Amino acid sequence: MSVTRATLVAGLICLLLAPLTGATFYIQLFSKIMILAIFAMSLDLLVGYTGLVSLGHAAYFGAAGYAIALISPKYHAANLWLTLPLVMLISAALALLIGLLVLRAAGVYFIMVTLAFAQMLYYLFHDTKLGGGSDGIYLYVKPELSVAGIKPVNLENPLHFYYFVLALMLAVYFLLRTILASPFGRALVGLKVNEQRMRSLGFPAAPYKLGAFVLAGTLAGLAGYLAACQFGFVNPEILSWHYSGSVLMMLILGGMGRLYGAVIGAFAFVLLQEFFASQAIFGALAKHWQLGVGVFIVLVVLLLPKGLAGLLEPLEKRREPRTGDA
Amino acid sequence: MPEPVLKANGLTKRFGGLTALNDVSLQLAPGEVHALIGPNGAGKSTLINVLSGDLPPSAGSIRFHGLEIARYSPDQRSRLGIGRTYQQTNVFAAFDALENCRLAAQSREPHPFNLFRRADSYRSVTEAAKKALAAVGLDHRATTVAGALSHGEQRQLEIAMSLATEPQVLLLDEPIAGMGAEESAHMIRLLRRIAQGHGVLLVEHDMDAVFALATVLTVMVNGCVLASGPPEEIRSNPEVQRAYLGSAENADG
Repeated sequence: MSVTRATLVAGLICLLLAPLTGATFYIQLFSKIMILAIFAMSLDLLVGYTGLVSLGHAAYFGAAGYAIALISPKYHAANLWLTLPLVMLISAALALLIGLLVLRAAGVYFIMVTLAFAQMLYYLFHDTKLGGGSDGIYLYVKPELSVAGIKPVNLENPLHFYYFVLALMLAVYFLLRTILASPFGRALVGLKVNEQRMRSLGFPAAPYKLGAFVLAGTLAGLAGYLAACQFGFVNPEILSWHYSGSVLMMLILGGMGRLYGAVIGAFAFVLLQEFFASQAIFGALAKHWQLGVGVFIVLVVLLLPKGLAGLLEPLEKRREPRTGDA
Repeated sequence: MPEPVLKANGLTKRFGGLTALNDVSLQLAPGEVHALIGPNGAGKSTLINVLSGDLPPSAGSIRFHGLEIARYSPDQRSRLGIGRTYQQTNVFAAFDALENCRLAAQSREPHPFNLFRRADSYRSVTEAAKKALAAVGLDHRATTVAGALSHGEQRQLEIAMSLATEPQVLLLDEPIAGMGAEESAHMIRLLRRIAQGHGVLLVEHDMDAVFALATVLTVMVNGCVLASGPPEEIRSNPEVQRAYLGSAENADG
């Protein structure tokens, strides 16, 4: 077993056993992180594998959060089997609509138009009464997951919610791995490396990129749904460009183009925040936690071009391509 | 003589005030090696790029089996059967040699959006990739990452990638440039073999290679066709000698 795989399996065992400590704070914190890991993996499909740097990925996450908050009945639970696919479909449709428009642009322009569309959505919810304006809205009762009348998982229970999110995080990881090993996934990687060559080999770039964009938006929608369920509350912040930027930073921190890098990045980003914002350690400096997180990210970018996940690699036999030795 | 499959007529390409191609016409038939020669800046690479769809022509027509394709995108032209290689080596450095060809062959797969089947489980695609790799004599390097291949091998791999898309016509932009004597001799043999089943349009500066391979020669100067015909006729054309061949010989001698 390779070092990377052994580390990942060890990490998974830790996640499986973590709730045994019984600390509700950490159960909830880790649930939040795993939701962000799903979000970050969905962005990795675009940034790390297709070469499309989106600075508006929060749009699909936030839209899903608002969607579940708005369609849930006020005093009783929504049906998860109905609302989860519906909400993901809404995110997919939004990604399809925005993707059709933004994929005409490339490079810096692509970054700017994805940002612009996300900001439009942000102001739509911020400045209208549609979703409670800047105050946001509550999701009073979490959706209910029932199988033939029995409820095996109660999302109101933090422990149940934790394992539900962990299972979905693993499902998304393996789904994306499967897709990336398919001809579609291989073509995305080819398009990232050299779009011109791919086109001259007969690959139409547009449908592949649009497919990746919609898939990424749909999975971001899954994360947004879960986040709204966890906090029972949505506000325009989950649509903001800060949020899109944070998830991009998670990818940079963890390492792009390797799905577990997105997961490592989500954990590192949130735990660093917790660490630098801890008054027990930093006292009065704790309120300037952004400084500590910022310095750390700069150091990672300077010293670890492949992110934290890259730390696992020097231990293995390298299969890196050398530049031509002609 | 077989019927030409690719016919370009009156191709013109302007970049702002510069006319890179001026009313260029040529034809390419299967089994033919049509070499394009001319000094730097003559418009040879521009012509390849216009024929492959990387650049849209400003005017003129391109017909492939009678179908007007001047407005087609590069990927549409590739799927019709026009393959190309680039002047710069353009392989996927992180993929191994076989995967480079497999990816190329995959573009012919009718169900590209099946997300749940492993790419390397499509037998016909892998077979086509192996065949293309063997055709250029790189089968022993199948599992070597492309970035670790020598320059000459990378150029061979590029041709294998194009072959894996099963083209009828190949547009090759300086396939021999930068190679040593042994590598270029190998490449010339390879190109001669490929030409038996394909129409090959070749841009090349190496005159020995050109005269060893070409069945038709077109000389370009300043975006225009100066002369076109069988190599022997071109060699003895006084205008060509003045404009191109002669000066090259003088420089050498």
